Amino acid sequence: MNARFLLPLLVVLSSLVPGLVIFALREQAVRTRRLLNMAGATLKVALIAVMLYGVYHDASYETRLPLLPGLDLVLHATPLAMLFVTLSAVLWFLTTVYAIGYLEGSPNRSRFFGFFSLCVSATTGIAMAGNLLTFVVFYELLTLATWPLVVHNGTPEALRAGRTYLAYTLVGGVLLLLGAAWLHALVGTVPFIEGGSLSAHPDLPRGPLIAAFALLVLGLGVKASLVPLHGWLPLAMVAPAPVSALLHAVAVVKAGAFGIVRVCYDVYGVRLTSELGVLAPLALLAAVTILYGSVRALQQTSLKRRLAYSTVSQVSYIALGVAVLGPIATIGGLVHIVHQGVMKITLFFCAGNLAETLGVHRVDALDGVGRRMPLTMAAFTVGALGMIGVPPTAGFISKWYLGVGALEGQAGWAVAVLVVSTLLNAAYFLPLVYAAWFRPPPESWPKDRRPRRGLEAPWLLVGPPVVTALIVLFMGLFASLPVSPLTWGRLIAAREFGW
Amino acid sequence: MTADPTVAHWIVGPILLPLLAAALAFAAPPRARPWLAAAGVLGALLTAALLAAHLPAAGPLHYRVGGWPSPLGVLLVADGLSLTLVLTTTAIVAAATSYAAAYLHPAPDAPGHPSAAPHFWPLWLFVCAALNAVFLAGDLFNAYVTLELLGLASVGLIALSGGPALGAGMRYLLVTLVGSMAYLMGVALLYAATGSLDLPAIAPALAASPQASLAVALVTAGLLLKTALFPLHFWLPPAHASALGPVSAVLSALVVKATFVLTLRLWHQAFPDLALPAARDLLGALGALAVLWGGLQALRQQRLKALVAYSTVAQVGYLFLAFPLLHGPGAADAWRGVVYLALAHAFAKSALFLAAGVILRVTGDDTVAALPGAAKRLPLTVFTIGLAGVSLMGLPPTSGFIGKWLLLTTAIAAERWWIAAVLVAGGLLTAAYMFRVLAKALLPAAAAVTRERLPPALGWSAFALALAGVALGLATSAPLGLIDIGAPPAVAEAAP
Amino acid sequence: MTAPSLYAFVGALLFLVGLYGALARRHLVRKILAVNLMASGTFLLLIALPATAAAGPPDPAPRAMVLTGIVVAVSATAFALALARRVRAEQGRPLLPGDASEAAQGPTDDR
Repeated sequence: MNARFLLPLLVVLSSLVPGLVIFALREQAVRTRRLLNMAGATLKVALIAVMLYGVYHDASYETRLPLLPGLDLVLHATPLAMLFVTLSAVLWFLTTVYAIGYLEGSPNRSRFFGFFSLCVSATTGIAMAGNLLTFVVFYELLTLATWPLVVHNGTPEALRAGRTYLAYTLVGGVLLLLGAAWLHALVGTVPFIEGGSLSAHPDLPRGPLIAAFALLVLGLGVKASLVPLHGWLPLAMVAPAPVSALLHAVAVVKAGAFGIVRVCYDVYGVRLTSELGVLAPLALLAAVTILYGSVRALQQTSLKRRLAYSTVSQVSYIALGVAVLGPIATIGGLVHIVHQGVMKITLFFCAGNLAETLGVHRVDALDGVGRRMPLTMAAFTVGALGMIGVPPTAGFISKWYLGVGALEGQAGWAVAVLVVSTLLNAAYFLPLVYAAWFRPPPESWPKDRRPRRGLEAPWLLVGPPVVTALIVLFMGLFASLPVSPLTWGRLIAAREFGW
Repeated sequence: MTADPTVAHWIVGPILLPLLAAALAFAAPPRARPWLAAAGVLGALLTAALLAAHLPAAGPLHYRVGGWPSPLGVLLVADGLSLTLVLTTTAIVAAATSYAAAYLHPAPDAPGHPSAAPHFWPLWLFVCAALNAVFLAGDLFNAYVTLELLGLASVGLIALSGGPALGAGMRYLLVTLVGSMAYLMGVALLYAATGSLDLPAIAPALAASPQASLAVALVTAGLLLKTALFPLHFWLPPAHASALGPVSAVLSALVVKATFVLTLRLWHQAFPDLALPAARDLLGALGALAVLWGGLQALRQQRLKALVAYSTVAQVGYLFLAFPLLHGPGAADAWRGVVYLALAHAFAKSALFLAAGVILRVTGDDTVAALPGAAKRLPLTVFTIGLAGVSLMGLPPTSGFIGKWLLLTTAIAAERWWIAAVLVAGGLLTAAYMFRVLAKALLPAAAAVTRERLPPALGWSAFALALAGVALGLATSAPLGLIDIGAPPAVAEAAP
Repeated sequence: MTAPSLYAFVGALLFLVGLYGALARRHLVRKILAVNLMASGTFLLLIALPATAAAGPPDPAPRAMVLTGIVVAVSATAFALALARRVRAEQGRPLLPGDASEAAQGPTDDR
């Protein structure tokens, strides 16, 4: 038992253990709960920083626990794993701060934070899963841990959303399970190996391989909200804002998109996917999703629902990057995992602040909010410009690599999709930004919960979006630094394509 | 094979100790009875654990009680299958004993409350002893006697509730007697054909003939009736739903398993050659129908306990889905999978019934519609229902997932697509009825409610069982190692 | 037909008649008697079948089984009759409750 063995496990446990303890806490134990939450979140970030340093210097970290004869639970810190696990840990930290502020005084907080911690544990497990079975285990755990958060408010609307959420994700889970079991029946254990673990078995029958791929991608597509499997996502917006932020930026949708990346690169591998010809349908699905999501976002009048449809659209950039297949597009898809996460969580934090502080829920009620809440709307503006892909934000880097990669991969149609989507992004975000800054504010807000002195809202609510907005700018401006997602994306692409 | 020879004598422990405690409990003062029960059950658990610890070195143990030879003597067999089930049984009965002690005491004012009945503890211990005896039985007739003891003691426990439980218990009694007669008729034919009652001696002596097929059919039909395999399940929901909380838990989790395990053993140890693929497929098909029918009925139930009882109908179906997979390549994994599923269901179902008992006791109403507020009043109990439900659905990281995964990969490798489809569809149905319960329980109540104060044994023993069901999904190597010991040759040889 | 085969045949017949009675009769005492008929048929068969095949000294095992079986059947019958009395006292008639799903409705609906 050394640090190399223990670290990945500790990363999962750093949220799992506090989560389980929090369940047992009394509702009034506010300080203990806060301490546990923040200690776990801080510890996780610290552990990941240690691993990041190690992985950058070619160290390897692996936890391996026997589950079944010949099948282990494996947590493995590869560069791809680190990309997602770092994103989850950092955003979990910020979302925890935000949630503590957001839920102050509301009921059932022990339950909320318990499941919240379970979600993050599951997400880090998904990120570091070293084989398909481990991935499935944590993926299902994520489904179960998020449901209580979706129905947290206990309203009939929340319960309906919870039912829809379960119906989609459990069926998706079944498809994933069938695909995984099929591959196991074909080859035994299915580890995640750069270049694709199935390439070690050259004589596999084509039919079952294609069918298993379809099952896996459809199963993952539910969480990644590929059209037409996206129906749960806009409904799930009834959840409290920190949950929406976590679901839509980090945990659930990214788990699906990340799984697609894993299946394409580390299970099937670059060569096998192109031999089987399975990427073209995926690219088509991704393109349709990108355009459909953007058009639907434009039609929404609720701010959170507009953001939700925007997520539907933006997450498929990742799948598109994978499906266009080429090192440059891959880099674009991979960095978008991080970029979209940070940008979208900024927007959701801001939407939560508007709803909490001013009672503003609709896109047509944003006139002049910039004057009342300048920090929040500044962060919102950065996030929105990032989504559109305006330099120097992180979103620009994503779209640049995706576009160049598409040209390199002779996929001119993908460039067209990107351009149309960008125009639509601008159409549904820019009017909001304009209204917030340049329209006069109304006589009074539906409600106004300004703290007695100081900031526009409690600092626990304002701090997180400002920090994430700064990260969005930082990731765009300093994209070539060794710590940037772009550098990691290049590193991963180089290993997947065997440069 | 250099194990301590005296260890074999311990095999009577799991039967004799609860039986002894039962006899003493008739005479003991009421206050001492729960303690006697705990001592008997824990003694059984310890001796079973001791045997299990010796099994890897010693291999399967065959023990003739009193040294009497076959066919007059009684043969007991301790192998992986029997000890897995005995350990599961004693662990669950131990937890349910601490629950029952709190459940029955102090007696509510209502006359006719079961704690007024002096027979609970002896009957309870009879059920435990009989279960262990069925699992350890190595000959056909001994199995019959212990099945009768099990049936009579179970009906006695059901009838203790009075009211509608009397009719349900009566029906159960008639069913179990008819089932036993069919079984015994089959045993008579088998004995006439082979001159033996010992399981290991039957297979080599039994040639395929119409008489042998009739015997197998009678034995199987009798056992299926007692196991409540669709369409012979009609008696189960009323009986299990109307019994006391701890009684329902033991009936649903363990008593139906007794006849299931006997069926599994007979088909693979006594007459493996007569278990034709078509017959296996028939059992599998009935299992598939049970999964779907039980799931749909569970979805429609208004009462929590009736819902959990229909869930047992579905879960029994899961166990029989394995029969078509238990020959040919992959049979070893299917064997592991089905035994794992059996113990996963035992832990999850007992936890569910105990939790439902807590809700019924606290609120006096176990309809699903009355659940709102439960998460606030009884958070531990609702959490227990959640954990147990996840294991029933077969989702990771639980023992239910391990069993289902083993069966699913075997079914796909054997290209039995319909089995794979039913396995996952049944999981979705289970999710549908369990989340219906959980969603209601999470709703806020109409009136303000606070956390209930309960005897700790009620909530925690249910929780411990649910937790064990989850833990067995992570710590799998010890149970899987035990299950493999003495797996029937027909299954073990087919291993890749 | 030899005597043992005749016994075996009659045993099988009794078993079937008993099975029919257990399924078709509604009165609880009739059902219990029918189950006893099944038991008698089984016991008869148990004694007769080995005798049809084996020459030489009689096999003690079937006798031991039948004796044990009779003890079990007597206890089961006693218990069943006692339970049937309780059912009649509870429901006012010695019949099984209408149908499974009705009985599952619970204490509020006990008929």
